[in-house]
Amino acid sequence: MKTVKVLGTGCTKCTKTAEVIERVAQAMGADVEVIKETRPEVIMQYQVMRTPAVVVDETLVHSGSIPAQEEIKQWLQ
Amino acid sequence: MFASFTYLADWLVYQQLGLSAQTKWGSALHFFVEDVTKIFALLLVMIYVISFLRAAMDVERVRSYLSGQHRGVGYLMGSSFGAITPFCSCSSIPVFLGFTSAGIPVGITMAFLLTSPLINEVAVLLLLSLLGWKFTLMYVLVGMTIGIMGGALLDLLRAERWLQPFAAKAYQQAVQQPGMEIECEVRKLSFQDRHDFAKTEMLEIFGRVWKWVIIGVGLGAGLHGFVPEGWLESHLGDGQWWSVPAAVLMGIPLYSNATGVIPVMESLLLKGLPVGTTLAFCMSTVAASFPEFILLKQVMQWRLLALIFVVLLLSFTVMGWIFNVAFAL
Repeated sequence: MKTVKVLGTGCTKCTKTAEVIERVAQAMGADVEVIKETRPEVIMQYQVMRTPAVVVDETLVHSGSIPAQEEIKQWLQ
Repeated sequence: MFASFTYLADWLVYQQLGLSAQTKWGSALHFFVEDVTKIFALLLVMIYVISFLRAAMDVERVRSYLSGQHRGVGYLMGSSFGAITPFCSCSSIPVFLGFTSAGIPVGITMAFLLTSPLINEVAVLLLLSLLGWKFTLMYVLVGMTIGIMGGALLDLLRAERWLQPFAAKAYQQAVQQPGMEIECEVRKLSFQDRHDFAKTEMLEIFGRVWKWVIIGVGLGAGLHGFVPEGWLESHLGDGQWWSVPAAVLMGIPLYSNATGVIPVMESLLLKGLPVGTTLAFCMSTVAASFPEFILLKQVMQWRLLALIFVVLLLSFTVMGWIFNVAFAL
């Protein structure tokens, strides 16, 4: 199972990012846990300055925008 | 160049609708049509151009420029970058922490964060088109001065004492290891990359601000058509020193961004409100907004938050007085 963290301090784009990832995962039938991480001290540890950012299994894969569906599919494969 | 929008409004309001320029409705509607068409056209074209030019500019790059910078230069640079870097206020927490954990002093970081909402491409474009280059230049200088002096004051008071403990710790660690490398990969952008970025930015910013333009110009048009000439001048003119702090206080709950306020400013100025009072009102509405301040609570203690708020309000007031006196001479 993959763990996907969406980093962001509660902006609308961050919520949307988490929703899109969940939707794509469901459509793919992928076994994924999506966690919304809003604590600033944790976000700092990933050295992210532009949110929303996406971390897949502890690797930062994206930062600064709502990711495209194609990108999400690649991460979840 | 802007005259074509006046002709368009003349044609639509006076000729097609048959309203007279002397009536309240005619005058208000003309103001509305002229400003909305002008602002929309300008925003669409100029946001694309500006985004295209600055596509490679991002907060990571700014951080690597600012880290290790001498303080004096740092405030000026922090404030300048705040004015030109594309930056969403919802990212202010991660940016604050990213800068702080790279050992950049709180004052320089705040010079960046304070200037950013005051001066942005939309605000500058609107000011240029509605109020002319002199006023725009003045606005930009005042905005940067407030960012620079606010930042310097915070460092003078050693504001890092009042950060949340985890942020203060990250800052201390970075300061104690000065050799720390700040990574920043320099992205090479193709023409296509820049075009994609500019197009996305244009659509996103326009999608976000078009409502504010309508609301702001609507209010401005209402003021323009329905508030009698000289009313503001006699009630809130230069003689009343208290009108500036009152304008600043009024601006706080009126949370808006620059896009909504600038068309109102245009109307206020045309109606004879003094320049300083207008500037103070506008800056307070744009920069001193509670929702965004509350966000910063996650990285700052109440003391620091309150301090920054008071510093902002005082500096808007002082700037307002200075400009009122200077322009009355």
